[in-house]
Amino acid sequence: MSRSARLSLLLVTVLVLGGVAVGATLHAAGRDARKEHTRAGGPAVASGAVRLDDPHRSLFRTMAWGPHRDEITAVPAGRLTGPRTASGVRCLRFHAAAGTGLCLQAVHGTLRDTYRAVILDRRLHPLRHYDLAGTPTRARVSPSGRTVAWTVFVSGDSYAGTAFSTRTSVVDTRGRHLDASLESYALTVDGRPVHAADVNVWGVTFADDTRFYATAATAGKTYLVRGDRTTRTLRALHPNVECPSLSPDGTRLAYKKRVKGADPDAPWRLYVLDLRTLRERATGEHRNVDDQAVWRDDHTLVYSLPGDFGSDLWTVPADGTGAPHRLVTAALAPVFPR
Amino acid sequence: MYLADRRSAPSASAPPDGRRATTDHRPRRRAGSALSPTVLVLGTVSLITDISSEMVTAVLPLYLVAELGLSPWGFGVLDGVYNGVSALVRLVGGRLSDRGGGGGHKTVAAVGYGLSALCKPLLLMVHSLPLIGAVLAVDRTGKGLRTAPRDAMISLAAEPAVRGRAFGVHRAMDTAGALCGPLVAFVLLRVAAEGYDAVFTVSFCVAVLGVVVLLLFVPRRLPDAAQAAAERAPAGPRTPVRALLGRPEVRRLTGCAVLLGLTTVSDSFLYLTLQRRLDLPTGWFPLLPLGTAAAFLLLAVPLGAVADRIGRRRLFLAGHLALLGAYGLLLVPSAGGAALVCAVLVLHGSFYAATDGVLAAATADAVPEDARGSGLAVVQTGQTAARFVCSLAFGAAWTAWGDRTAVLTAAIGLALASAVSAFLLRRAVPAPASNSPAKEAR
Repeated sequence: MSRSARLSLLLVTVLVLGGVAVGATLHAAGRDARKEHTRAGGPAVASGAVRLDDPHRSLFRTMAWGPHRDEITAVPAGRLTGPRTASGVRCLRFHAAAGTGLCLQAVHGTLRDTYRAVILDRRLHPLRHYDLAGTPTRARVSPSGRTVAWTVFVSGDSYAGTAFSTRTSVVDTRGRHLDASLESYALTVDGRPVHAADVNVWGVTFADDTRFYATAATAGKTYLVRGDRTTRTLRALHPNVECPSLSPDGTRLAYKKRVKGADPDAPWRLYVLDLRTLRERATGEHRNVDDQAVWRDDHTLVYSLPGDFGSDLWTVPADGTGAPHRLVTAALAPVFPR
Repeated sequence: MYLADRRSAPSASAPPDGRRATTDHRPRRRAGSALSPTVLVLGTVSLITDISSEMVTAVLPLYLVAELGLSPWGFGVLDGVYNGVSALVRLVGGRLSDRGGGGGHKTVAAVGYGLSALCKPLLLMVHSLPLIGAVLAVDRTGKGLRTAPRDAMISLAAEPAVRGRAFGVHRAMDTAGALCGPLVAFVLLRVAAEGYDAVFTVSFCVAVLGVVVLLLFVPRRLPDAAQAAAERAPAGPRTPVRALLGRPEVRRLTGCAVLLGLTTVSDSFLYLTLQRRLDLPTGWFPLLPLGTAAAFLLLAVPLGAVADRIGRRRLFLAGHLALLGAYGLLLVPSAGGAALVCAVLVLHGSFYAATDGVLAAATADAVPEDARGSGLAVVQTGQTAARFVCSLAFGAAWTAWGDRTAVLTAAIGLALASAVSAFLLRRAVPAPASNSPAKEAR
């Protein structure tokens, strides 16, 4: 092939690929505009006043297409598939308790996207915010609403490929004291202190304002740890626990457990651990669950699975009986105010 | 096609006894024109491909979390596995590409680049963590396949006297692409919010363009290789790894790469140490790798040229002394501030600039043309494996003794490894001033 023939072939390739690239971008921009319109048959969404402390309403991030996509919405507590009231506040991850909300959101900057954690009052007005070092993944508020915790993925570096690590922060919303990274707490496993550089902590769930449970990982293993903000300690209680979630009565933890023989890319099953006996039991959900479950009441778990709009909420009994069923489509990060 | 290729590649215009002829021509060429266009084409292919792959890397966590509602945690755990597979595939790629006396380099590299390109639209079609993990594994396989044959082609296209600079140019172009990728991705997301499909489609188009440039403008059979294959036909496809390591030159170089790799603390640990010792704000953390990459980008070409002048092995060692300097700065008590961070990152970037492409150039000097791909793969895989072991050991040392002692241990280890390597490599090249260790390899 002559040089000019190759150059023309290159030119044609550039034109064709450029056309495809521009077309795909315009299509996405158009669909982005179309996503602003509600799709027929989808849930009805209207904007309105949303409160974080109304026991007759449940809350979640709606993912249905429409002008209110990704906003925190309220639905009747007894009928989650009912009409959605959108708050106007967009969050990637969200949790609330006793009138305090925690919203982890993206801030679209000129050069790169950044993220921040916003503390919300009972009417979803921002009280203050904290800059985040990476992509948000977990958010939790203590039962009293006084202490909040979040986890972000810190990824970095083109040499290290797709390696992620996590960073978990805890904030006292009244005293404003910030523990920027739980990795600075003293971790003990089997009674021995661990100072490894590869320690990661994520997925906090609060017992009260100072005591909490979380996942700590080191040397390729994950542990359920009990944390204490006053003594700044993490103590490992049980192996192979990720993203724990404490039941409202404080006796059990729902969590994702890495099961043997499962696909290494999808190893997690939903388990419940009794904190007194440290005995664990599988739930009736046999699919891979990559979420920090939420207790709807002392007997029922709610968690997300991938769906047509990104994520649907599913439910299963906490005692190992029953079968999972879909609670609501196009929703993420549920909260059930009490 | 070969005729056309010769016209496009000046070094290919050498007559059949080209080795001597090339040597004779060299002094008359100006330094600036001595780089083969093939090196620039391969650099362009890497630049384009890195734009494509870093576009995806930059938005993947956000895509998983914001669009699919998943958590990317599983990838962190699997990353080690993927890297291990990638290293093994690299050996296979190097070995396969050496068959056919150099003609195989382009084929295997094209398959590797093509495989990774195909993964981009596949990412759009899969919506669950297991399938996304599988697609990324295929992507890594493509990367593993193409690395050794690509470096072999660079080494064969560059005249021995400018090989260091050739690899420097390639690595700089590669890094420039890696820095552009995230920018392109975020511009696209600005035009179309949540337009991840647009990001993946554009990434696919860019990757295909890279493959097309490779197919059209890289000569299938590089002159040196073709000629070498003709001259030493019996060695060709039957040169196994063991025979390669039977060569003292290769053995010493691999040994030094492994020895130094064993004391090379991984990037993540270095950034982590830097952040903890200086108590940097968390917002700085994502910027630390950018600092290293920027220094690498700026220094890769000049240091490659220096390597050609003073000897690649010598600069390879000097690069590790830069790393030793970075360790030293991390050990300075109560020093702090932006100046120290910058100094550490510049030293870290210089370390990469003085070792990454330079090691490939030094390997090319020591490995015969007909086993170039395998040789590069052996040395680089040895180095990668050693660095992995170092990560495990460093983590253990940190656990047992704390970060300061761990860094001190790594620094002492690196100083010893450098001394041993200096001794070994000096023996291998008695006269580094001749600036062409390649002659020894022949």
